[in-house]
Parts: sequence; C-alpha cells; structure tokens
Amino acid sequence: MEDGALRAAWRKPGGRAGLVFLTFLGLLALLGPRLLPDPFRQFGIVELQSARPSAEHPFGTDQLSRDVLSRVVSGARVSLAVAAIAVALSVTLGAAVGLIAGYLGGAVDAVLMRLVDGALAVPRLFLLMLVLAVPTRVSLLALIVLIGATGWFGTSRMIRAEVLRLREETYVRAAEALGASRRRIIFRHLLVNTAGPLLVAATLGVGDVILLEAGLSFLGLGVQPPTPSWGGMILDARPVLESAPWVGIFPGVMITLTVLATNLVGDALRDALDPRGP
Amino acid sequence: MRRWLLLRALQSLVTLAIALVILFLLMHILPGDPLSRVGEGRPLTPEQIQALLDRYGLNRPLSEQLWSFVVGLVHGDLGVSIEYARPVTGLVLERLPATLLLGGTVLLLNFTVGLWLGVRQAVRKDSAEDRWLTTVSLAGYATPSFWLGLVLAWLVGVKWRLLPPAGMRNPLLEAGGLATAIDVARHLVLPAITLSVVSIAGTMRYQRTAMLEALRFPYILTARAKGLSERRVLWHGWRNALFPILTLFGLWLPILVSGSVFVEAVFAWPGLGSLAAAAVGNRDYPLLMGAAILVAGMVVLAGFLTDIAYALLDPRVRYS
Repeated sequence: MEDGALRAAWRKPGGRAGLVFLTFLGLLALLGPRLLPDPFRQFGIVELQSARPSAEHPFGTDQLSRDVLSRVVSGARVSLAVAAIAVALSVTLGAAVGLIAGYLGGAVDAVLMRLVDGALAVPRLFLLMLVLAVPTRVSLLALIVLIGATGWFGTSRMIRAEVLRLREETYVRAAEALGASRRRIIFRHLLVNTAGPLLVAATLGVGDVILLEAGLSFLGLGVQPPTPSWGGMILDARPVLESAPWVGIFPGVMITLTVLATNLVGDALRDALDPRGP
Repeated sequence: MRRWLLLRALQSLVTLAIALVILFLLMHILPGDPLSRVGEGRPLTPEQIQALLDRYGLNRPLSEQLWSFVVGLVHGDLGVSIEYARPVTGLVLERLPATLLLGGTVLLLNFTVGLWLGVRQAVRKDSAEDRWLTTVSLAGYATPSFWLGLVLAWLVGVKWRLLPPAGMRNPLLEAGGLATAIDVARHLVLPAITLSVVSIAGTMRYQRTAMLEALRFPYILTARAKGLSERRVLWHGWRNALFPILTLFGLWLPILVSGSVFVEAVFAWPGLGSLAAAAVGNRDYPLLMGAAILVAGMVVLAGFLTDIAYALLDPRVRYS
C-alpha cells in the first residue's frame, strides 16, 4: 500500500516535484552537517559579522558571524524531526479516537465528539500559546509532544466519519456475523481501509506543523536558542533585515519550499487515493 | 425551523462551554503556575508571592477557581491583566475593531479575487493557467505569514518607501475626516495583502471544485442546448457553486485569526492578534486567556451563523 501510494504520487508532476525536493532535503539534513561548517561556530565576530554571501559562506553569515547555510541545514533537521514525530503522534491519536468513537458509537461517541468540537473551537495556535507560555523552559521533546497532542481533533472526526461509512459495508457485516472480535474488526478491517485518508492527512499535517513550529519559534515559544530552527532564525534576523537580508530570507524560502513540497505530495496522494475529496 | 434553531443554538453553547473548560484545565494542569514568570528578573519575597497568589485566587481549590472563573465570565469579567494592571475585557474589546477591519478586508479580498480566480480555473480546467494558479496559490499557502510580512515591510515600506511599514495611523496627522481614512487605508494595504496571500488558496480551491461540480449538472446541458451564451451558462452554474463556499466562512475564521497574530505583530497593527503576541512575550496569562476565550466565542458564533445561512438557503437542511 505504501509502495503503491508513492508510485501514485510520483505519476503527478506536482507530486513528483515535491518528492524530489523532499528527498533532496532529507539527504541534506542527514548528510549536510558532516559536510558543512559547525552551525554554532563563530567565524570572526568582528570581520565576519553579517557578511554578504560569498564563496566561503554561500548564504552569508549572521550577526554572530555564524554560517547561515549551516544553520539552515541544521534547522531543516530540527524542523523535519519535529514535524515527523508530532504528526506521527497526532495521526495515531486521531485514528484511535476516530475508530473508537465511530465503531462503538453511543455515549462514548457522543462524549468524545463533543470534546473534539470544544477543542476545535480554539485555534491550535492559541492552545499552544497558552500551554507554552506557562513553563519556564520547554524541552524539544515536550514541544513535539504538545504539538502532536493538539493536532488530532480534525483527523479523529474524519476517521470517525469514514468508520461510520465502512461499518455498513458488507464485508464488515460479514466479519461480525462470523463472530470476529471487535479488536479484529477494528484492526483488520476498519484501520486498513482508513489508511488512505490517514496517509493524506499525515502528509498535509507535516506542512501545517512545519509552519506552526516556525511560527511558535518566531514568537519565542518553540525551539529554544541556540538550537537552530527556521522560525527562530527569522526572529533573530528581524532587527538586521534591512542591512543583512540574507540572514532572514533563506530560512523563509526553505520553509515555503518545504511546505509547498509536502502539500504537493499530499494533493497527489489525495487525488490517487481518495478521488472524492476536493 | 424554530425548533432546529433552538437545538443548534444550544449545541453551540455546549461546545463553547466545553472549550472554556478545556482552556481552564490547560492553564492549571501544567507544571508551573501563571505567576512563575512574574518574579523573573525581580526577585519577590514570600510575602509578595503570597499576596499575588491571593490576588489572583491561585491558592484556592481548583473547583472553586473554576466556579469563580465561570461566574466572572457570565458577568463579562475576564480577570485583570498582569502587564497592564487593567481588566482584560476592556483591553480585548479596545483591540477588536482593528482586528475586524483587517479581517474584514482580507475576507473581502479572498471572496472577490479568490472566487474569481477559482471560477477561471474551473472554466479552464487542466489548462496551463489552471495548473499555474494552483501552484502559485499553494506556494502562498506554504509561505509563513510573519516572514512574508517582514519581507514586504522591508521592501515596500522601508526600501522603496511606497507604503507605511507599520502601525495603523500616522501619529502626526490630526484625527478625523477623509485624510485619516486614507491614512488608515494606506497602513492597511500591506498587512491585508500578506494575510490574503497566505489564505487565498483555500477559497480558490473550494470554488474551483464547487464550480466543476456545478458544471456537471444536466441543467448546464439544457442551458447550452437552449443556445444561451457561454456567459449566461456559467452564471447558471456559478449561482449554485457559490453555495458550498458558505461553509468556508466557518472553516476559515480560525485560520484567519491565527494568521493575524503573526501579521499584526509584524506590522504593529493594534488589534487582538498583536495583543495576544505581546501577551505571550510578557507571559501575561490572564490576557492570553481572555484573547483565547474571545476567539473561541467568535469561532463558535461563525459556525452557528454559517449553519443558519445554510438552512435559509437550502430547505433540505431544515427538514433532515
């Protein structure tokens, strides 16, 4: 299924472009730190402060004379890792709640869905701002868990709707009539058949989380310095944007390209797996 | 219809109440309390901490705090801001008009330019133009709003000096009259464009899909068979394609509100968004909470109004 989905995405020009870019970015994030200078190293706080792009520093240096390219590549590592783990968490939670609510129905369903309604009334950014503003210091792990824990509401609703539809399918009925256990029906029949929409939700969710993490870091609530992150780099670049635009331009371009690539892949997947969607 | 309306209103209230409880619990479950940041940089004596705890009622049992929170809310009392030492309700309401002006402008832009482009795409489905518009709008959707805002403020505002890069009005200008209106409009351009660019993709996409769907109906075939001009035929389709777009209004509000936090902060637009961003920086917990409550209320209300509009336009909703 995974294999077929990738092939389907590859057939679309947008999906292909997105996959190529993400592969390139993944390799860069994996290998880049070995090839590039240390992102924390200060190359010369006097003579290389906010230096223009050059052969030695292709993206220039920032106001602490650190190599911007190195920091952008390290930032890719952080952003991609945060997004991948947080989305894995939120998709798992969303699938679990959706399956339980949809399959069990009744009071369980009513209570879970009212909770989801209430949670959806507060935009995710506000939920995270409230949570992240209290503790004095937020570790990267805590940040990932919180982003993941606030992202499953929409997914659970979608999976629930899907389960309500699947529950009436003949093969589920047949499995029930044959005396299959609840667990078997949920895992062997329902979960497998919601895998397509889940994959699409996960791919689009990655783009959302990259933007969200960048925004939180820009507000000073996300990834904490000195760990490089794209949003944090833009925050740092803000006071020097007029004199040294390269410090802030490159991280923003990277965010845009990465999110565009994941969304193109997500769209291609949706077209291939779920022709009913918009 | 009346029964349906009552039921739907009740449902909205329940949703809002649950949202409020979730917000309240979020604030209290986490390690550290709202005062943990107050002492930063200015050490407090135990007596001072005690006084602050008493003042904000933080040493009372959780259930009692929830009760007084609810009682306060019903009376329109959202507590007192730590940073400004003023009631949150007043602070938040003062900032609402600026946010509504920015949000309304963006909505207007989205629903004129976005709908027009979406229809164009649907009519020229699978053409080069259709594909390019999709890619460009998706690129806008992928752009971080705060970054786009910073770049536009720098290029258009500071470097080329075409438009003011920040604020809502020129403080040197005397208030009142046409000059003020023009001044505010000039300040509005950059934030409104930034917020529209990052949010228009959704409107275009929905309109494209809805229009394609509408054009598949037999009445379009009839219209063509009658020999109507292509313009008239498209008009027939568009009237029906407009309808699903209504749903967007409820869906888009949270996105718009979240986006305005960044855009207002970058452009120093004196609205709710920049107030919330500043409250984050100051760790002004009651203020942040008040902003979140107001936003939740707006989201629930928008959903309710959308449903009413739907029911008014489509009788099937009422009777099902």
